[in-house]
Amino acid sequence: MDHLSSYLVLSAILFSLGLYTVITRRNAVAILMGVELILNAANINFVAFSKFVTHNLDGHLMSVFIIMLAAAEAAVALAIVLNLYNDRGHINVDEANALKQ
Amino acid sequence: MADFIFWIIWALIVASAALVAFGNNLIHSVFALMGTFLGVAGIYIFLNADFLAVTQIVVYVGGILVLLVFGIMLTNQISTARISQSSVQKGMGLAVVVGVAAVILSAVLPHDWVGSTLPMAFSDTVTGIGNLLFTDYLILFEIASVLLLGALIGAATLARKEQ
Repeated sequence: MDHLSSYLVLSAILFSLGLYTVITRRNAVAILMGVELILNAANINFVAFSKFVTHNLDGHLMSVFIIMLAAAEAAVALAIVLNLYNDRGHINVDEANALKQ
Repeated sequence: MADFIFWIIWALIVASAALVAFGNNLIHSVFALMGTFLGVAGIYIFLNADFLAVTQIVVYVGGILVLLVFGIMLTNQISTARISQSSVQKGMGLAVVVGVAAVILSAVLPHDWVGSTLPMAFSDTVTGIGNLLFTDYLILFEIASVLLLGALIGAATLARKEQ
């Protein structure tokens, strides 16, 4: 717990699992979950480097803004997903390849 | 003892994130995501980030997770079918992800982080974050408020049923 590498490895694993979720899932909400995993991985890196390397609060500020962006992104993306569902009756992104049908 | 708790949280995050990535049931994935978010909040506490840990719980667990559950409930016929999810191109995806993870870990692991880094002693971060937010980061803070307003109006407009 006092080594930077244990946080970096955790962050790398979290990012990889999030990337796998984004690549392979068909459900749009599941893809959003993958995006949240990736953002959390980035946050861990920011705060870990803030504690171990720079010794100031700039990394914390970046994480605050990332959390804020994630909330805004989730709200707008879910609104789009709801529209997609009303339009087609499913939210499979691999079948949603036309803007209008 | 603290070391033991740290590795428990570490394992909890990896296990629940794996369930998010590989699970077959969408609802199970969302609940596993809650484990990941709470675990990351615990990691923030180990990183001396008290304000961020509380923010993580309030925004992610209290806000985004509930939003995701609503998204799932509104886009599935709950009464007719079980909420399952499928994946496509698992082999290709796994190959890409293992490649990316190998690149990141090969950059992280060989470096001697222990020798070159010192952990910062714990101190209260709320005052510092508040001061920075209204001095160095004031423009970002104001832009963020406009962005949140835009996201609020945009989401409400998009999700509304056409009259």
